[in-house]
Amino acid sequence: MNATTDAAVFAHGLTKRFGSFVAVDHLELSIARGEVMGFIGPNGAGKSTTIRMFCGLIPPSDGQATVAGFDVGTQSQAVREHIGYMSQKFSLYGDLTVLENLRFFGGIYRVPQSKLAERLTFALSMAGLQGREHALVATLAGGWKQRLALGCAILHRPPVLFLDEPTSGVEPQARRQFWDLIHQLAGEGVTILVSTHYMDEAEYCNRIALIDRGRLVAIGSPGELRNHGLGGVLLEVTAQPLGAARSALLNVPGIVEAAVFGDKLHVLVGPGGPDAQAISAQLLARGLQVGPIHAVTPSLEDVFVRLVSREQETREAA
Amino acid sequence: MNAVANETAVQVQALSKHFGAVSAVRGVQFSVERGEIFGLVGPDGAGKTTTMRMLAGVLQPDAGSIRIDGVDVVQETEAAKLHLSYMPQRFGLYEDLTIAENIFFYAELFGIDRRQRVQRSKELLSAAGLIGFERRLAGQLSGGMKQKLGLVCALIHTPRVLLLDEPTTGVDPVSRRDFWAILYNLRETGVTILMATAYMDEAERCSRLALFHEGEIRYCDTPARLKAAMPGTLLAVTTSQPRGLRDLLKGQPGVLGVLLMGDRVHVRVDDAVRRIPEIQALLNARQWSDAQIAEAEPGIEDVFVALLGEQSA
Repeated sequence: MNATTDAAVFAHGLTKRFGSFVAVDHLELSIARGEVMGFIGPNGAGKSTTIRMFCGLIPPSDGQATVAGFDVGTQSQAVREHIGYMSQKFSLYGDLTVLENLRFFGGIYRVPQSKLAERLTFALSMAGLQGREHALVATLAGGWKQRLALGCAILHRPPVLFLDEPTSGVEPQARRQFWDLIHQLAGEGVTILVSTHYMDEAEYCNRIALIDRGRLVAIGSPGELRNHGLGGVLLEVTAQPLGAARSALLNVPGIVEAAVFGDKLHVLVGPGGPDAQAISAQLLARGLQVGPIHAVTPSLEDVFVRLVSREQETREAA
Repeated sequence: MNAVANETAVQVQALSKHFGAVSAVRGVQFSVERGEIFGLVGPDGAGKTTTMRMLAGVLQPDAGSIRIDGVDVVQETEAAKLHLSYMPQRFGLYEDLTIAENIFFYAELFGIDRRQRVQRSKELLSAAGLIGFERRLAGQLSGGMKQKLGLVCALIHTPRVLLLDEPTTGVDPVSRRDFWAILYNLRETGVTILMATAYMDEAERCSRLALFHEGEIRYCDTPARLKAAMPGTLLAVTTSQPRGLRDLLKGQPGVLGVLLMGDRVHVRVDDAVRRIPEIQALLNARQWSDAQIAEAEPGIEDVFVALLGEQSA
C-alpha cells in the first residue's frame, strides 16, 4: 500500500505526454472514499487519458497516482483488480442472456467460483433484473441494459468505479433509478468517478472537477460552482429583436458575455458592470423593445462554458 | 416578434408507422409556425427519429399527412425536398474530401449553380466559423466542427425548414453553444427548425416542445407552460446529510417525488405552503440545522418525469 494518502483516488503532478503533445498536465486530484466525483471537460481535454492512467492501462509520463492505495505505474495489476469500469457503449453481448452476460464478466474479473452465485444474486437484485435472468440482452430497454452493465462492472465488488457518460440517451425515469443505485453504492463506501460532458449528469455528483487541455480549471460542489464559478452576475434579458440586442450589449463595457437562450438573452455582467436599469436604457436608446430583466441562477453549463473560454483567453494572452 | 408571424411551416396530421408488430409512431399530430425552433423530446425508442424520417420524406408513413412549406411530403416527396433539409444523427460527410469539396458535392446534388454556390457557401462558412479551414479534410475535423460542416452542407440549397436529429450528441458544451448560436441566427432569417433530442437541457432552448412517449406525443407546449403544468412544486433542500434526508422524506405525506442530487435533495410536494413547515419540523427534530429549503426551478426532465410518472420506468 502507498502511505501518501487515504484518498481512494489520488493524483499529484500527474502528467501524460504523447510526443510533444501534453494530454494531461500536472493534474492534482484527491477523491475521498464514498465520494461521487464528476470529471467534466470538452472533447480532447484529457479526461479519457487520465482515466486510462487511473485504470493502470497506460503509465504516467510524470507525477504519480494511486487508486485504492495502489500505484498506477508500478502496481497496475493490483489497480485493475480493484476497479470497475462502465462505458457509454455498455459492452454487453446482445445475443447472450442477462445471466450469461453476468457469468461472462464474472469470468473476466476472475470472481472465484465459490463466490460467484452470491455475486450474481447481488448484481441481479441491485439492477432489479430478477425474473429476467433468461431474457436476451438485445431485447432489453436502454435502462435495463444500463443497470445490467453496472451489475457486470461491480461483480468483483471493486472499491473504485469509473463511469464514462453512463446515462447518455437513457430515459429520464431510468436515469433517476440509475443514479439512485450509484448513490447507494457510494453510501456503501464505493468511490465513483464519472466522466461526462453532459451537465445534467454532473448535477448528480458530490463534487465536480473541470478540466481543459489537461489541466484542472475548477473543482467544487455543483452549488459552489454555480454560485462562484462565473465571476459575475447572470441576467436574463427579454428584448426584441434578439440578435440586435445581443450585438448591442456585447459592446457595453462591463458585459462579459451575451448568449441567446431560448427566446431570451443570458447576459454575464462583470464586477462594476451595468445593472438591469442601465442595460434596459442602453437597449431602449437603440430603439429596441425591452421586456423584464432579472438575475438568474447560472446553470452548470453557463459556468463550464465561461471557465473554459476564460482559460483559453488567458492562454492566448500569455 | 418575427416579421412573418402565424404562417404554418409544418403541419402533421394523424401520422402513424409500424415496423412488423412494433407500433413506432401512433397518431402523431402537431403544427409548427415559421421561425420556430420546435423540439421533439423523449428517450431513445420513443418515436422521434421515425417521425423525423417521415417528415424528411425518406420513410413512407402507414397513415397520416405531412405538409412542409405547403407541399405534401407524402404525395410530392421530391418537390418537398427542395423546401426542407434533413440532418440525420450521422450526417454523410466524405472524410477524404476537404470542407470545400464536401460543400461542392452537396451543391451539385441540389443543382445549385456555381455563382450561387460560391456566395452561399461563403456566407454559411462564415456563420459557422469555418473560414480558413476550407482545405482541411473532413476526416480531420473535431466533432463540433464536423457538426457545423454538416449544417453548412444541409443549408446549401437555402431550405425553409431544417430537420435535425440529435445534432449535438457527443459534442461538448462549448461547441454546442456555437452550434446553437448558428441556429438562432438561422431562425432570425425565417428558417423553421425541428430538432429531435434526448437531452433535456437542450430542450429548454426550444420555443416549443413535443414530449414523445412510446410513439405518441403526450404533451406539446412551450417550456415555460410545460413547467407551469407540472403537478406540485419542486423544492431544493441543501444539507450535509443528503442521503439521510432522502430516506427521511420518502413516503412523507404530500411528497410526490424525492431525488438525490450531488449536493442537495430535490423534493416535489403537492403544496409548498403546507409542506415546507412540515419538512422544516422534520429537519429540526433530527437537529439537521444546516439544512436549507428553497423553491427550485424545475427542469424539463422534472416535468417529463412528473407528467409521465412511473409509466416511463
